[in-house]
Amino acid sequence: MARNFLKILKTAPPSSVFGMVVIAIYILVAFFAPLLAPYSQTEIVDAEFMPPSAEYWLGTDNLGRDMLSRIVYGARNTVGIAFFTTILAFLVGTTLGIFTSIKGGWTDQILGRLVDTLMAIPSLIFKLLLLTVFGTTIINMVLIIALVDSTRVFRLARAVSMDIVVMEFIEAARLRGDGIWRLVTREILPNAAAPLAAEFGLRFCFVFLAISALSFLGLGIQPPLADWGSMVRDNASLIAFGEFTPLIPAIAIALLTIGVNFVVDWMLHRSSGLKD
Amino acid sequence: MSQSDEILTIKGLHIEGKTDEGWSEIVKGVDLSLKKGEILGLIGESGAGKSTIGLAAMGYARGGCRISAGEIIFDGHNLLEMSNKGQRRIRGRRIAYVAQSAAASFNPTYKLIDQYSEGPVFHHVMSKSEAEHDAKELYRRMQLPDPEMIGYRYPHQVSGGQLQRAITAMAMSCRPDIIIFDEPTTALDVTTQIEVLSAIRDIVNQSGTAAIYITHDLAVVAQMADRVKVLLKGAEIEEADTRTMLRAPRDTYTKSLWAVRSFQATPKKIESTTRPVVSVQNVSAAYETQLVLTDVSFDIFPCQTVAVVGESGSGKSTAARVMTGLLEPSSGSVKLRDEPLPSVYTDRSKKQLQEIQMIYQSADTALNPKQRIREIIGWPIEFYTGLKGNANENRIRELLTMIEMDPDEFIDRRPGELSGGQKQRIGIARALAADPSMIICDEVTSALDQLVAEGILRLLDKLQQDLDLAYMFITHDIATVRAIADDVVVMKAGKVVEAGPKAEVFTPPHDPYTELLLSSVPEMDPDWLDNVLQGRASSGN
Repeated sequence: MARNFLKILKTAPPSSVFGMVVIAIYILVAFFAPLLAPYSQTEIVDAEFMPPSAEYWLGTDNLGRDMLSRIVYGARNTVGIAFFTTILAFLVGTTLGIFTSIKGGWTDQILGRLVDTLMAIPSLIFKLLLLTVFGTTIINMVLIIALVDSTRVFRLARAVSMDIVVMEFIEAARLRGDGIWRLVTREILPNAAAPLAAEFGLRFCFVFLAISALSFLGLGIQPPLADWGSMVRDNASLIAFGEFTPLIPAIAIALLTIGVNFVVDWMLHRSSGLKD
Repeated sequence: MSQSDEILTIKGLHIEGKTDEGWSEIVKGVDLSLKKGEILGLIGESGAGKSTIGLAAMGYARGGCRISAGEIIFDGHNLLEMSNKGQRRIRGRRIAYVAQSAAASFNPTYKLIDQYSEGPVFHHVMSKSEAEHDAKELYRRMQLPDPEMIGYRYPHQVSGGQLQRAITAMAMSCRPDIIIFDEPTTALDVTTQIEVLSAIRDIVNQSGTAAIYITHDLAVVAQMADRVKVLLKGAEIEEADTRTMLRAPRDTYTKSLWAVRSFQATPKKIESTTRPVVSVQNVSAAYETQLVLTDVSFDIFPCQTVAVVGESGSGKSTAARVMTGLLEPSSGSVKLRDEPLPSVYTDRSKKQLQEIQMIYQSADTALNPKQRIREIIGWPIEFYTGLKGNANENRIRELLTMIEMDPDEFIDRRPGELSGGQKQRIGIARALAADPSMIICDEVTSALDQLVAEGILRLLDKLQQDLDLAYMFITHDIATVRAIADDVVVMKAGKVVEAGPKAEVFTPPHDPYTELLLSSVPEMDPDWLDNVLQGRASSGN
């Protein structure tokens, strides 16, 4: 298994190797943030808007906090929360999607139309609305984004699973008397894993961008926690002075998004079975 | 065969296919020659390279394949040295191709006659109106119903057999020198096949076209071809004119192909007091409002094989769906040892589900590709008998030995790592894992090569004797019925036409439909088609 995995990795094109390296670095940074960051994410270390120097490699922000430390902690906050939210969205979306594809009939109609309704509302506006109603805590944000994004996952999981459910091995399992849990976990999920994994990567990017966008608007991760989206907002005024600082968290966001997309492209390509 | 000049000569043809490990040879140095007006039959199992050679005769190689060596000389020109433009001038105009599935080859958004005239207009042979006029003439000669108007229908508005004739007419449109037929009747029912075969043969004979006829069915090739070439794994085994080949095949492989149809299952006697395992009683069923089964009744006795025969759409698989509880009958009942079974499978007890098992036609979709054989067979064992751990593993190994597969070699493989015949054996083992009293075999050998299919039939016969299994054998293939059945149920349009012991059903006098079905099965006699057609014509049919 492990050897197979390595063999597959060796066939990866340069773009996806780049993507995987980027993701690996982000994960490492998020894990070891306290060790890597020279200062605390909340500590005011010097004057505001200091240019990069030997002491503060990326300068300081609008309150005089160390930019580098906040970027490092931001990986933990933004990426960590986005990852957790995506997992939540997938748990809900995939379970319901596969479940309705097996049940069909009324279950499918009711859940399907409900999802249609939720999807009809522009996602960011809907999230903003719900956050204003329920209050801007991190837990609320995670739940709301997970709920709204799970509708997209539901759609995909249901469609993929529909193709599998009509196969004869599913009929054989049903006639055997297998319960729905076994149908989902042992018969359908393994066959739906490739497209779902690819969607996980893409969905992660959307969630991550949504969190950054919400934070930029002041409704996401709240200060003083470091977050890339709000860091862009806090330092945005510097752009007018030709300063580089607000672009750093923006680049961190862009780099991860591109990296994940490279990897996902390759996975989609592999699961589609195309040779070249 | 008065003309002796060769229209097509292929010398030392090598074709390679791309695999994960690089290029591998799929056609290994085949020579072929075709005279004007001659029909050459290419036969062999799947993977023999028949279709690949057929396409190469037009200088074409499928995507992922390349012609690596050899010469393809058509009318004095080497096709491989020709430009793409030159090849296009020949394809369709002078060499035409008829694919296996006409339904998949026609463009569903154009009328038949528009697709017919495309070729002649493209090659400047005829104008559009000339082509349409000509189409009607050829439709008439292909004995299509309403030849004046049928061309104005879309492909989905005509039947499979009519489509196959329409595509043959289309191949004739430019009056080519050669037509390549790639299994043109394989997807058709026998009663339809006979019409298409005679139409193809007439039109080829009348216009003096040469043809390459590709098939895996020896009886069909015996009717169609003047000469037969036998292929195995991309190499030629032998070639002779059809009668010689049928009378005296030289090679052992060819002999084994010829002998396949001789298999006979062990006949089993039952006592008159035996109760049936499963009894289908006056079952009618419908999809939505469309009635698909009308008052169907038959019994299946222990250690007996009931073959249910009929053409596609006759309701044989629907009967199986009612028996397994996938389709609720509108009236009638299915009884298991005199106990009525709940009509929907979800209402049946584990014990009831265990008693009736299924084996499917396509082992590719019937086995979960992500599971290992250990789980595919091991789970039903655990589920039904509660055996776990070592006891479970021992039972898996026992079953694998029963289906003649080496447990050590196969237990950890996935379906993708097995051949078609092996997959079907695993399907059988999965059914046996439930320790059933009856197995429904739905066209289990139709997707397999004849030699492999025979192996499966032998295995099923052996298992039946060892385990006292009852089989319901759904098939459209009369040869299979002759080989394996004790009782036969003939179905047509959702009704049982005739039923009884095999000897009775297969001995005259027949019901008219059984007669038609039986007489439409090609035999290994080159004169069979002529005789049948003559017989039918004189009896006013």
